[in-house]
Amino acid sequence: MIDSLATVAFSMLAGSLRVSTPFLFVSLGECLTEKSGRINLGNEGALVLGAMVAYATSYETGNPWLGVFAAALAGLCLGALHGAICSLARVNDVAMGIAFMLAGTGIAFFFGKPYVQPSAPLLPGISFGFWSDSAQVKNALLVSPLFLLGIAAALAMHWCFKSTRAGLRIRIVGDSQDAALALGLPIDRTRFLATAAGSALAGIGGAFLSLYYPGSWNEGLSSGQGLMAVALVVFARWNPINCLYASLLFGAAGALGPSLQTVGVTWGYYLFYATPYVVTLAVLIVTARGGTSLRGMPGQLSIGR
Amino acid sequence: MADAATMSTPIAVTADTDRYWPLRRMAEALAAPLLALAASAVLFSLLLLGLGQSPLEFLELVWRGAFGSWFSLQNTLQRAAPLLLTALCVALPGQLGLVVIGGEAAVVLGGLAATVVALPFVNTSPAIVLPVMALAGMAMGGLWIGITGALRARLGVNETIASLVMAYIGLALFNHLVEGVFRDPASLNKPSTFGIGEDNMLGTVPGLDVHPGTPVGILACILCWVLIYRTSLGFAGRVTGGNPRAAQLQGLPVGRLMILACVLGGACAGLAGTIEVAAQHGRANASLAAGYGYTGILIAFLARFNPLAIMPMAVLLGGLGAAGGLLQRRMGLPDATMQVLQGLIFVSILASETFYGRIAWFQPRGAGK
Repeated sequence: MIDSLATVAFSMLAGSLRVSTPFLFVSLGECLTEKSGRINLGNEGALVLGAMVAYATSYETGNPWLGVFAAALAGLCLGALHGAICSLARVNDVAMGIAFMLAGTGIAFFFGKPYVQPSAPLLPGISFGFWSDSAQVKNALLVSPLFLLGIAAALAMHWCFKSTRAGLRIRIVGDSQDAALALGLPIDRTRFLATAAGSALAGIGGAFLSLYYPGSWNEGLSSGQGLMAVALVVFARWNPINCLYASLLFGAAGALGPSLQTVGVTWGYYLFYATPYVVTLAVLIVTARGGTSLRGMPGQLSIGR
Repeated sequence: MADAATMSTPIAVTADTDRYWPLRRMAEALAAPLLALAASAVLFSLLLLGLGQSPLEFLELVWRGAFGSWFSLQNTLQRAAPLLLTALCVALPGQLGLVVIGGEAAVVLGGLAATVVALPFVNTSPAIVLPVMALAGMAMGGLWIGITGALRARLGVNETIASLVMAYIGLALFNHLVEGVFRDPASLNKPSTFGIGEDNMLGTVPGLDVHPGTPVGILACILCWVLIYRTSLGFAGRVTGGNPRAAQLQGLPVGRLMILACVLGGACAGLAGTIEVAAQHGRANASLAAGYGYTGILIAFLARFNPLAIMPMAVLLGGLGAAGGLLQRRMGLPDATMQVLQGLIFVSILASETFYGRIAWFQPRGAGK
């Protein structure tokens, strides 16, 4: 009993290290966009498009890192379009996000059709398990370079919000449109740039899916990580460092089902598959306090009341 | 969500001096979506040209596959049936300024509930089985979307994200139940529930080759239109959509209205699932998750949450779906083509919101304006 519990806990930890990276990148991107006072549900589209573009580029050029770069570029383009259209008066950013989710995944499936079969060169992992003899431990500690890049991005974004002029400007635009107007800050341009950059990060998250784990391109690749990131950012209270912890938690929740299977629990496969969504819903309910706005939430965000 | 609220028709803001203002307003409401549809057609044509395909051939095939013959027209109308109902699942809460996008789960769970509840009655008569199915399906769909409405109204949880997360949970629950407790052991390759029996299934409308889902969907749209625009309850809902705080100050039960709109919308989606089971599949299985809930979102936004406008839009989108197979065979386009086209239409329609109130000709004239 204790043994199986330990096995489950260990494989959840390993699973969390493995699958949290896309959550991390999309939630960082969403955090950046929301800090500027806009919400982008279209990051799911950027994620899927990024996955496809990364895989296709890696296959055509033989260099997976070029694929990561191309994924970021694809995300950037999609986000720039979203940002530009939402700058128009009376355009709803939530609904537009749904539209971009549909359009982004549609374009990815449309152009990605020829790349479902061939196998592209994938990103290599970095092994941190050299000190151990156990193959299991070695396998668990084989970390993707993108995960490390994500941690660096989280730290950099935290520093940027806290201590740089650009970060302060983004926070002002997101917190109070009146203050931003009074200071003469370019509101639309700031939000445009934040949306584009956020989408680029989501694209990198997609590159992880197709080039590292699961490491292939098909139409069922994303399980809605781009949308769950929105809830994840609420959970993380719009703090990039917390996004890292929240991503690890969501990754662990996603690994619950497969981990239980390793110790022979096969009942309720689909229910355990839904764990991350249940966690998301629980997070939404716990963090919502009817009527009052949340601590740390940017004041101009349309999902607040 | 104040922005979404502005999408519904403004209430009683007219300039008395301009008799033609209602006409102008209607013209504006027609011109903007048509402009957006034209823009997306141009963009899509450019895409096809870029791929070396002919947009004219595409248009011709869509016409032939969707509306060109009596057979394809009936196919289109039949495909529009669930879309009419799932669009209502978005439009009813939309009238109150809520963006609910989880209709897909209400469809599959509604279909499952209808099947399972009907199973003990299969040997009685269709006159008992079909009403029982409809009630069970609507109750299940209403419950599922109602939970989202209650979370929003009572706890302030964002309904867009909550409904989407609930959709994933609902689909997981559906798969779990269909592959577990309710599974017919004889269904090997495609896990399904037990069937409701040939005798209990819906036939076709007399004289047509269309199942009764289409007239039911049209009836539901008309009823919803009456509810929204001709009853005091609907008026209260539209006031809430226009300005929730003002509605609250007027003493309207804003929270209860939100929950009611979600329950009614969910019931429509649940009915869509029920009809799919009763008219097409005969049992609940993965065929129910055909994306009707997601296409319904697009239709509701195209119709600007107006139930009467949902009817032509559902036929249009149903027609695009009906032509899909023909397009794949004749032009060798991947099946995601329709999704790209839908995405383009969706983006253009939402972007066209920006034209409302901008063009002087559509605005009321006369003294003071």
